[in-house]
Amino acid sequence: MSILGNRVQRREDLRFLTSGGVYGDDLSIEGALWVTFVRSTMAHARIVEIDVDEARRRPGVVGVFTGADIDLPAMPAVAEAMSRPVLAKGTVRFVGEAVAVVLTEERYQGEDAAESVFVEYEPLATVVDAVSALTGDVYLFPELGTNVALPMNEPQADDFFDGCEVVVRQRLINQRVAPCPLEVRSGAAAWEGGRIVQHASNQAPHGAKAAIAGLYGLDAADVRVIAPDVGGGFGAKIALYAEDMVLPWLAKAVERPVRWTESRSESMLGLGHGRAQVQDVAIGGSRDGKVLAYRLEVVQDAGAYPSLGAFLPALTRMMTSGTYDIPKVEFSAASVVTNTTPVVAYRGAGRPEATAAVERAMDLFAAELGMDPAAVRKLNVVANDKFPFTTPTGTVYDIGDYGGAIDLVLEASGYDGLRAEQAKRREAGDTRQIGIGVSSYVEITNGAGPPGEFAKVEILAGGKARVYTGTSPHGQGHETAWTMLASEQLGIPMEEIEFVANDTDLVAEGGGTMGSRSLQSGGLAVHEASITLVGKATQLAAELLEANPDDVVLDKVGGRFHVAGTPSAGRSWSELAEAAAGKDQELVVSHSSSPPGPTFPFGAHVAVVEVDTETGQVILVRLVAVDDAGTIVNPLLAEGQRHGGLAQGVAQALMEEVRYDTDGNPVTSNLADYAMISATELPSFELVSMATPTPVNVLGAKGIGESGTIGSTPAVQSAVVDAVAHLGIRHIDMPATPERVWRAIATASDSKKEHS
Amino acid sequence: MIPAAFDYQRPASVDEAIRLLTDSGDEAKILAGGHSLLPLMKLRLAAPSLLIDIGRLRDLSYITDAGDHIAIGALTRHHEVETSSVLRAQVPLLAHATSQVGDPQVRHRGTIGGSLAHGDPASDLPAVCLALGATFTAAGPGGSRQIPADDFFQGFLETALEPNEVLVEISVPKVPDAGWSFQKFNRRAQDWAIVGVAAVHNGSTGVALVNMASTPVRASSVESAIAGGASAGEAAAHASDGLDPPADLNASTEYRRHLAEVLVRRALQEAGVA
Ligand SMILES: Cc1cc2nc3c(=O)[nH]c(=O)nc-3n(C[C@H](O)[C@H](O)[C@H](O)COP(=O)(O)OP(=O)(O)OC[C@H]3O[C@@H](n4cnc5c(N)ncnc54)[C@H](O)[C@@H]3O)c2cc1C
Repeated sequence: MSILGNRVQRREDLRFLTSGGVYGDDLSIEGALWVTFVRSTMAHARIVEIDVDEARRRPGVVGVFTGADIDLPAMPAVAEAMSRPVLAKGTVRFVGEAVAVVLTEERYQGEDAAESVFVEYEPLATVVDAVSALTGDVYLFPELGTNVALPMNEPQADDFFDGCEVVVRQRLINQRVAPCPLEVRSGAAAWEGGRIVQHASNQAPHGAKAAIAGLYGLDAADVRVIAPDVGGGFGAKIALYAEDMVLPWLAKAVERPVRWTESRSESMLGLGHGRAQVQDVAIGGSRDGKVLAYRLEVVQDAGAYPSLGAFLPALTRMMTSGTYDIPKVEFSAASVVTNTTPVVAYRGAGRPEATAAVERAMDLFAAELGMDPAAVRKLNVVANDKFPFTTPTGTVYDIGDYGGAIDLVLEASGYDGLRAEQAKRREAGDTRQIGIGVSSYVEITNGAGPPGEFAKVEILAGGKARVYTGTSPHGQGHETAWTMLASEQLGIPMEEIEFVANDTDLVAEGGGTMGSRSLQSGGLAVHEASITLVGKATQLAAELLEANPDDVVLDKVGGRFHVAGTPSAGRSWSELAEAAAGKDQELVVSHSSSPPGPTFPFGAHVAVVEVDTETGQVILVRLVAVDDAGTIVNPLLAEGQRHGGLAQGVAQALMEEVRYDTDGNPVTSNLADYAMISATELPSFELVSMATPTPVNVLGAKGIGESGTIGSTPAVQSAVVDAVAHLGIRHIDMPATPERVWRAIATASDSKKEHS
Repeated sequence: MIPAAFDYQRPASVDEAIRLLTDSGDEAKILAGGHSLLPLMKLRLAAPSLLIDIGRLRDLSYITDAGDHIAIGALTRHHEVETSSVLRAQVPLLAHATSQVGDPQVRHRGTIGGSLAHGDPASDLPAVCLALGATFTAAGPGGSRQIPADDFFQGFLETALEPNEVLVEISVPKVPDAGWSFQKFNRRAQDWAIVGVAAVHNGSTGVALVNMASTPVRASSVESAIAGGASAGEAAAHASDGLDPPADLNASTEYRRHLAEVLVRRALQEAGVA
């Protein structure tokens, strides 16, 4: 009987729930000094002078450094002329940018001393919103004469909408949000001879290793990066930050280890933000509901220094047309810099933005035609017999049943009944109106960077095994899933399989964990390495049993190799390990998987909201989710990913938004002001299973980490609009805060009054 | 997230606390549950040089039936108020409103006295005390005095307490049969109210508002409209009369005025005003 597909409990939770994890801040690092950053209080200013004299005299202060002291190259950026120094040099470009650093014996001394570093600024004009950055004349890097970090302009056809009976246009704001991992950033650096050992709360230690080696001009072999337990990343911890990058320099300058943990207030300014697109959609088609042409134009706010965020439109572009078979599709984008925190990848990274846009466009199109939004979607989805399907933007979808997912979610939600209830409440003029939102989505997983991943599986003395992976678990449950996969092939119980990750000295290479890639790349590598290892062990067993290897089989229940048909004479893993040691052999396989490409999970969600038409308050009452990630290795883990994703997707639709005032001062820099969602704002999710295995890998598995986020946001937004659609409202931007919804209602009834 | 340096004293009695306050002048602060004061200190928005921790003066923690009113010790925690069977029966508005404060962690640390002495217009309990017509007892070097809730809240985070006075008791009239309502409008369960309304109705009507001014505030125009025979809807139209509600991330002034009207109407209806 296979262990795969079972709800195996998370192995890692025993430790997390009893003794607790060891996060960056829990590390004991002997003799380490505490690092405290002095951060810019100005969104855009010239640094006139930094006075560190008083800070130097404060108790416990060992060193104070500014950008002028640091002789490191700037961090690599999308556009080299827009690269970021590890500490600001000459100019600050967002509130929160590190301008100086204080090293102290005790942590509290750092906060006291940092207060007495005096920075004199000469304010410069700021540009806070992306559209102004594109069209205005305030530049972050004046010598360039533009704020565009990455243009993605494609020619637009003048006759694009010719032949369309209906064309609908709308500007959509896909607002900036904060990833808010529960663990903030934390790290440490210590030199051991010529080698640097760096701890970082990070999702891709091997990438971090390369980045440090690059910036410091070191041999990769002289850099060791360890990610201890990491309390969430959501994409924002893929790359190292300036604050991480300066640590080795500081450790060298004071000849002691250094360590750093930011506060939540710092994290809200320093950890990258997500989303932040202004989108113009235009959708055209025939009166009977067929979409013929769809255009998406994006202005991406990349923040002050363009990093991963500048690339998000490239991912958006791949998924422009979503689940739909639209004959003509156009996409163009520009990524611009603004005086705000840099934008990075955040759960879904570019794909939720694509889905939000096309789903909103579908709703607008349906509303214009007076058709049911679910029916319009069904009319336009890619037909099942068209896979592999190449979209007009050149993306090749592996496999799908998009119409099936919509049917399933409509049935599971009791869609017709919901519409009847809605009609009743509208009829009665109830102050609590219900709204129903439908979304259909497809996304790309394992789509950025090389699709393969490294694994090593070895047999230890005594017949236990150890699995090494290049993925970088930080909450996903790889320890459970990877040991399940190895156990399945090796016939060794999970409890006897050790798990190693997140240390570049122990794991030879790795791509890390992001973009829902891990199972189909790293899990696959463990699966394949385990099979190869069984082959190797079969050879050895055959030698010992003096049999033909082709006749030797592994009894996975007992973990013994024997000649088929004669189980009594066999060799256990333990005996094989001993024999191998005697022959100076090792039972170990290192392997990199090489799946041919990404996979395309899909699904459909229905959200039901109640809107108080007097106050504008929205309550999410139901969320029904069909998410198809192919073959599921462990439903418990998959459901956990869906739950978290749904919560964050709802949060974008209803609650969360990073905001700045017009001078670029952040006004949501703690969790009282930034409305991070909590369980009390969410209903119990209704998860519906659907599994269409991908042909792309032998596991049949696609990614599941981001699906919830991608499908839920447009479903919930659409439900809010739907609840008040009878008042003549077609669109409400996210987040659908009570005031925003109330204003939409007030404006609609005002204009009704005017027209009557 | 680390406060500036401060001294710390743990007096054994209220008298000792008063003495410490008197000796150290404006620079000292009483520490009760710490759930308003410590966040301000961690953000370095407050930097008292001395904290006088009265948190362990357990004799200031009680809920006692005192005839026509209930006497509540200033150090009684929200959790105790919320779950008190005496208060649930005699002053259900207070028990219920307290159950809406923050989250369970906050309610297990925060105290009723701290909540009132902090004088935050966004806090729930000051409005409840205004609506109920509560009376506060303050102890100072010269003995104690009674302060009606109506005279207590004087400015933004400013109360009638002298710098060397300690709030020791809150006295709330028993209203077992009154109609009442607490309307708390917020986005997340653990958040402060964007606007809140406390109403109690038994013969006369008390209505007070959360987060509609720079202090917790009584909705006097609403009360007099009802006294003059207005319906709930008519009276609610006066919800923000004479007030200048703040604008913040969650609500503009205009929206607050609108919310106040809707919520006052709902509160009055729930409290039994026709
Ligand atoms: C996350 C969070 C959410 C919250 N949500 C809400 C909410 O929804 N609604 C709400 O109303 N409140 C809320 N609060 C505030 C909470 O109720 C506080 O506990 C309360 O306001 C203050 O009580 P305390 O005992 O913690 O006072 P402290 O923080 O110890 O003191 C507050 C102030 O009062 C002074 N003080 C305290 N006790 C006395 C006394 N006996 N005599 C004289 N002066 C005194 C102190 O010197 C200080 O200035 C929240 C707090 C947090 C942290």
